[in-house]
Amino acid sequence: MIPELGQFSLILAFCLSILLGTLPIIGAARSNMVWMNLARPLATGIFVFLGISIGILAYTFVTDDFSVQIVAAQSNSLLPMHYKLTALWGGHEGSFLLWTFMLSGWMLAVSVFSKTMPIEFVARVLGVLGLLCVSYILFMLATSNPFMRIVPLPPGDGSDLNTALQDFGFIVHPPTLYMGYVGFSVVFAFAIAALLSGRLDAAWARWSRPWANISWAILTIGIALGSWWAYYELGWGGWWAWDPVENPPLITWLLGTALIHSLAVTEKRGVFKSWTVLLAILAFSGSLLGTFITRSGLLTSVHAFASDPTRGVFILAILVIAVGGALLLYAIRAPQMKSEFGFGLVSREIFLLANNVLLVVSAASIFLGTMFPMIYQALTDDLISIGPPYFNAIFGPLMILLILVLGVGPMSRWKRTSTSYLVQQLAKVAAASIAIGVVLPLLVLFEISFAAIICVVLASWIVLSMAKDLRNKIANKETVSKGLRTLSLSYYGMQIAHIGVAVMLIGVGLTSYFSTERSVLLAPGATVTLGSYAFRFDGSEATQGPNYIADQATFSVSKDGNSLGELYPERRIYLATGTPSTEMAIDAGFLRDLFITLGEEKEDGAWTMTVYVKPFVRWIWLGAIFMAIGGTLAATDKRYRRLRQRKSARDITAKEKIEPDSLQPAASP
Amino acid sequence: MKAHRQKKLTIILFVAAGLTVSVGLILFAMSQNINLFYTPTQVAEGEVTIGQQIRIGGMVKEGSVVSANDSLQVRFETTDFIHAVPIEYEGILPDLFREGQGIVAEGTVDAAGVFHASRVLAKHDENYMSQEVKAALDAAGVNTETHPSLVAPES
Repeated sequence: MIPELGQFSLILAFCLSILLGTLPIIGAARSNMVWMNLARPLATGIFVFLGISIGILAYTFVTDDFSVQIVAAQSNSLLPMHYKLTALWGGHEGSFLLWTFMLSGWMLAVSVFSKTMPIEFVARVLGVLGLLCVSYILFMLATSNPFMRIVPLPPGDGSDLNTALQDFGFIVHPPTLYMGYVGFSVVFAFAIAALLSGRLDAAWARWSRPWANISWAILTIGIALGSWWAYYELGWGGWWAWDPVENPPLITWLLGTALIHSLAVTEKRGVFKSWTVLLAILAFSGSLLGTFITRSGLLTSVHAFASDPTRGVFILAILVIAVGGALLLYAIRAPQMKSEFGFGLVSREIFLLANNVLLVVSAASIFLGTMFPMIYQALTDDLISIGPPYFNAIFGPLMILLILVLGVGPMSRWKRTSTSYLVQQLAKVAAASIAIGVVLPLLVLFEISFAAIICVVLASWIVLSMAKDLRNKIANKETVSKGLRTLSLSYYGMQIAHIGVAVMLIGVGLTSYFSTERSVLLAPGATVTLGSYAFRFDGSEATQGPNYIADQATFSVSKDGNSLGELYPERRIYLATGTPSTEMAIDAGFLRDLFITLGEEKEDGAWTMTVYVKPFVRWIWLGAIFMAIGGTLAATDKRYRRLRQRKSARDITAKEKIEPDSLQPAASP
Repeated sequence: MKAHRQKKLTIILFVAAGLTVSVGLILFAMSQNINLFYTPTQVAEGEVTIGQQIRIGGMVKEGSVVSANDSLQVRFETTDFIHAVPIEYEGILPDLFREGQGIVAEGTVDAAGVFHASRVLAKHDENYMSQEVKAALDAAGVNTETHPSLVAPES
């Protein structure tokens, strides 16, 4: 009975979203206040009913109700409680309900934090989100009902959660990623609402920016969590595999990064208007594409859910209708948007344009590499795959160019900057970066490595040009602390996010080029060395967990003879399915990670194993944390809060005209 | 031509040139990195150029796995139930690698017809058959729904 209540609640949410998808939008077109005012209560209602629905589904998981199909497929009575609860998103149906619930959460957030926007605009935004909600819930009800029962004979026990998912990473990665992903629907809805109203002004960009920044920050964390999880769970020592399902979040992220920069230009200068709208549509398409690829079973990957062709077709239909409709609307409305072309060939606008072009080209190249095998197969019936070398070959050079621009952009001014000013400002920075890049790796590594030099030069370039810019900004203030206080939060947000790029660059570059690994067969008591690290294998013993048995090995790790402690990698067999799984042991450090994975046991207690030394690998995720903090800070800037006190959009547009941008020296992308 | 139009044109030309160059580079990089997929039958019949980087997919033949006791060398055969191709690999096999399971291997074929794998992939989900393995079996005319060695015993 209880699962049926969940489904009933889902159906109620569906009915409400049909209302939300129609009445407020029509109301906005006809200036019907009553209909427009329905938007907020309807959004709240959808959130409540989807909340009840997902709550009930969680309850069936926790209480081991194996008569529900997905509980039987994804859970087991032996599973620890926290995995029972999170097993909810361990399969297609439950994770899609979570996805839809996230959307309703964003809708609630929009209805709460939109008090200062005109009601027509809010009605349209929530209406568009309501339409998305309609299609998502319809998809669930039609093809993937999470509350489906097994009749007439439910199994006595469930067949267990996929062992690779029984991990902390599984608890945090999917919800965070979904939340970031779905956040771009909000930005999309803002863009569509603006297109519908025919008014794409700076006010629109200003309203969208905090939402875009927050979604982007959450998506950054979501992707980083996925990368971190893959690194320590999958056991091949990598942190990014260019897997076809990893790529769509990255594509979305790159487009989202372009979007938050382009929104800055649109807000500050009123240019790139139609381009910004297009980016909002594209970023949203990226998120739908990710759903499509994961759930259609078109690609094989670690993420793929068991496939069902009707689902793929359904999502493709949503994708085509939503994106096609949006692009059609765009094609009709875009020519009406007039951007003033008031900037010179050397100006902040141009550097941000370069940023956008580079980001979009990288996104497009990843898209091509991801989709090409599918298209090729459809055309020729031959199966091909495109390996990581392709992605590395394209992505690396583009990112180098992007980082070069990144140093110059914040230093340049809106409208026009003299080239000689930039040269004068940045010549020393460039020289210093090169000096640091050549000397530092030499001191640490005692060898000349081209890759390390490039990485360190570029990272120094980011950090030093930021420092220089900061110094310029506070140079004519009385004291340093007073100067620092005058700078806006969004300026600090930009600085921190850009420092994050430098940190991540160091991590990516140095890990890629200086990681070492060795696969060996070791008898108990034997030692394997890797660089200055020695790993002594002290033997293995049988041990037991809540729902698995394992062989646990003990290693003594030392560096140059000094002990660093012990590591305990395991090889587990999960009882419910008999699935083997390796649990690596990691000694994490700020400057390097050491880790060991076990292979299989051979004669006389000897084991095959791989040991790794990964310098600076933590910096990859540290950089992502910096970026997310930066994005969040920029979104909480006080000019958005000040905006909330304003009565209508007209005030802002008027203000925009009288207030020259030069009054805001701390303007940031 | 008005000054601002000229400026606009400069920017557009610049962007267009950049895009052309990058599309060219993308296509070049792609053509260098395409791994074609072959079935065991195609490999056994010598359709693959020796030394070419390819992927092969099939089932691990029952009773074919031989692993050395003093090194990481493993030798096994992958089959589409018509032909079997011997595969040599040095390293640690994935968790779900076992006899009777579908795998995909990346590597090259030598003159003796032995496949030297640089990477062996097995699925994370046991009930899930890789699209590539399925394609190989389909090509060999094996019905993946009913073949006795593919249908898991009821437990």
